[in-house]
Amino acid sequence: MTAKPATGITSLLKTAFINALIALVLFSLMVGIRTEAGSDGQLTYWTRFGELASLVGAVFGGSIVIELLRQWIGPTGAEKLVPPAVQSGMSFIGRYLTPALLIFTVLVPVIFYDQRYILDLAILVLTYVMLGWGLNVVVGLAGLLDLGYVAFYAVGAYSYGLLATNFGWSFWICLPLAGILAAFWGVLLGFPVLRLRGDYLAIVTLAFGEIIRLVIINWQELTGGPNGVSGIPRPSFFGIPLDNSDEGLAARLGIEYSPTHRIVFLFYLILALALLTNWVTIRLRRLPIGRAWEALREDEVACRALGINTTTTKLTAFATGAMFGGFAGAFFATRQGFISPESFTFQESALVLAIVVLGGMGSQLGVALAALAMIGGFELFRGLETYRMLVFGMSMVLIMIWRPRGLIGHRAPTVYLTKAEAISSDLVKEGHG
Amino acid sequence: MDYFAQQLINGLVLGSIYGLIAIGYTMVYGIVGMINFAHGDVFMIGGFIALITFVILISLGLTAIPVILLVVLLVSMAITALYGWTIERIAYRPLRHSFRLAPMLSAIGMSFVLTNYSQVAQGARVKPIPPFITGGYTLHESADGFVIQLSNIQIMVVVTTIVLLAIFTWLVSRTRLGRDMRACEQDQTMAALLGVDVDRTISMTFVIGAALAAVAGLMYLLYYGLVDFFMGFVAGIKAFTAAVLGGIGSLPGAMLGGLAIGLIETFWSAYFSVEYKDVAAFSILIVVLIFMPTGLLGRPEVEKV
Repeated sequence: MTAKPATGITSLLKTAFINALIALVLFSLMVGIRTEAGSDGQLTYWTRFGELASLVGAVFGGSIVIELLRQWIGPTGAEKLVPPAVQSGMSFIGRYLTPALLIFTVLVPVIFYDQRYILDLAILVLTYVMLGWGLNVVVGLAGLLDLGYVAFYAVGAYSYGLLATNFGWSFWICLPLAGILAAFWGVLLGFPVLRLRGDYLAIVTLAFGEIIRLVIINWQELTGGPNGVSGIPRPSFFGIPLDNSDEGLAARLGIEYSPTHRIVFLFYLILALALLTNWVTIRLRRLPIGRAWEALREDEVACRALGINTTTTKLTAFATGAMFGGFAGAFFATRQGFISPESFTFQESALVLAIVVLGGMGSQLGVALAALAMIGGFELFRGLETYRMLVFGMSMVLIMIWRPRGLIGHRAPTVYLTKAEAISSDLVKEGHG
Repeated sequence: MDYFAQQLINGLVLGSIYGLIAIGYTMVYGIVGMINFAHGDVFMIGGFIALITFVILISLGLTAIPVILLVVLLVSMAITALYGWTIERIAYRPLRHSFRLAPMLSAIGMSFVLTNYSQVAQGARVKPIPPFITGGYTLHESADGFVIQLSNIQIMVVVTTIVLLAIFTWLVSRTRLGRDMRACEQDQTMAALLGVDVDRTISMTFVIGAALAAVAGLMYLLYYGLVDFFMGFVAGIKAFTAAVLGGIGSLPGAMLGGLAIGLIETFWSAYFSVEYKDVAAFSILIVVLIFMPTGLLGRPEVEKV
C-alpha cells in the first residue's frame, strides 16, 4: 500500500532531477554567461547564475507538475474532459456563435467609437482574419503547405503603393489590380511547384517568399529598398476624401470632422474585404473546383485517378489564395501609408500559417477565432516585446503536441458517403494531410 | 584566372560549412521523413556556445591555441548535441505518428523558440571575436600583383570537414549504430521487429546531426569572426538547398550539394552581384526541384497508393 506511491514519488523525483540536470547543461553557457561586445570591439562577459538557477528550478518544478498532471488526468481523462451535457451546450453555442460574433464585429466601431486603440487593434485582427482565410484556401482546402504567403501580401502592398505614388491611381482602381497581380504571382509560383508535395512544397514556397523580399530590398530604383515606400495615399470614400477639407466627407455631410471617421471607414473596409473572402471561399467550396481542392487535399493520387486535372486545381488554389493576400496587402498599404520590406518577413508567413493551423485548417470560424487569439495574445505581450516570439514559438510547438488538428479540429469534406464503412487501419495510417 | 582560383578556394571553404549543416538535414529526412526546420538554429546555437567557451577560456588565461580550439570544439559539440536530443524529445517525438504537416509546423515553432531564446539570452547585437588563427600561404602571385591566398583558417575548415566526414562515414557504414540507422531508414517497423531500438536510433541521429552543426557553427565563427542570433535562418535554408541539390537522404550528396551551393554563391558574388547571392541560392533550390527532384545522388521517390 505504501510502497507503490513511494516508488511513484521516487521515479517522479528522479525524472524531474534528470530533466533539471539536462536543463542545467543546456542553459549553463547560454543563460549562465552573458557576452556583449564592448566599445573597443572586445568581448566582455558576466555571469548570471541567479537566472540560471531559477530556470533550472523552474524546469525541476515544471516537470514534477507535468508528470503529476499526466498521471492524474492523462490516460483516462483525455476523452472525458468534455461531458455530454457540455457538448450539447457547445453545439448550441456553435450554432449561434457565428451570427453573434458577426453582429458584435459590425457593432465594434459603435461600441468602441472613442477608443482608438481598440479600433486599431480590431482592424489589425481583421487583417489577419482575412489573411488567414486567404491562406486557408491554399492550406486548409487544397492541402498545399505554403510558407511564403507573405510574398503575395507584399506584392499587393507594393502594387498599390507604387501605382498610387507614381501614377496617382486611386485605391479603388488599385485594389483589383493588386489582387490580379498577386494572383498572377501565385500562378507563377504554382507552375514550378506543381510536382512537389508536402515538405518540398513548403520549402520552395518559403524560398519564393524570401526571393520576393530580397528583390524588394535590393531593387532600390523601383521599391526604395529598405527605406520602403512612403506617402501612400489614404483611401477615399469612393472618391470623396476623408479629411478636414471642404471637399471631405464630413463637410459634405455637414457633420463635425473627426479623425476617427477614417479609422471607422478602414474598419468597415477590411471587414467587407474579409467577409468577401469568406463568402467567396464558402461559395467556391460548393463548386466543382472547391470539391476538387478538397479531393486534392485528401488524396492526390486518387484525385488524379478520378480524372481531376491536378494542374489547374493547384494553380487555381494558389491564384485564389494569392489574390486575397494581394487585397489584404493593398489594404495594409493604404492603412499604414508606409510600407517597407520589414513588414514582409518569414515571421509574418509563419504567423498567418499558425493562425490557419490553430484554427483547424479548413474551418472558417476557427481561423477567425485563432486570429483573434493570436493577435490579441500578441497585444497582451506588448510590454514584453522580446519574449513575444519566444512564447509564439513555444505555443506553436505545444499546440501541435496537444491538438495537431487545431482548436476546432473539424475538417469534414463537403460531400461524403452517408453510409459509414469500416476500412482497414493500414489504409489510412499514412495520414495524407 | 587567379581571381577564379581564389574564388574557388573561398567557395570550397564556404561549401564545407554548408555541407556539414546539410548532413544534419539529410540524415533526419532519411530516417524520420521530416524537414528539421530548426536545424539551422541548432547551427546558430553551436556558434554561440563556441563563442562563449572561447571567451571563458581566454579570460582564464589560456594561450595555447590548439588546446583552446580542442576544448571549444568538444564543449560546443557536446552541448549542441544535447540541444538536438532535447529538441527531438520535446517537439518531434510526440508527433511521430501524427499527420504529415504536424512535425514540420512544430519544427517551425521550435526554430522561433531557438532564435528568440538566444536573442533573449545573449542580446540582439552581433558578437565579434578577435581572429585566432592568422597567417596563411601565398600560393601564386601574378604579374599584375593579384595574390592567391590560402589562409590557415581555410585549411583548418577544409581539413576538419574531411576528418569529420571520414569519422562519420565510418560510423554509418561500419558500426552497430550506423547499421541501425540504415535499417530505420528503410523500414522502421521491420527494424523494430528485428530488435533495433528505433527511438534511440532516431535520438542518436539528431545528436549526430546537431554535433556536426555545432562544428559548422564553430567554423563559421572562426572564419567570419562573428555570430548573431539570426544567422541560423538563412544558413539553414541554404544548407537545406544543398541537401536537396545533392539528393535528400544521401549523405555524400549532402556534402556534394554543400560544396556546389558554396561555389555557386561565391562565384555569383564575385562575378555578378553580392546583393542577389541569396536570391541565386534560393532560385537554384527551385530550379533543382523542378528539373531534378531527386537531386544529384538521390533515389527517385516512388509514390505509392
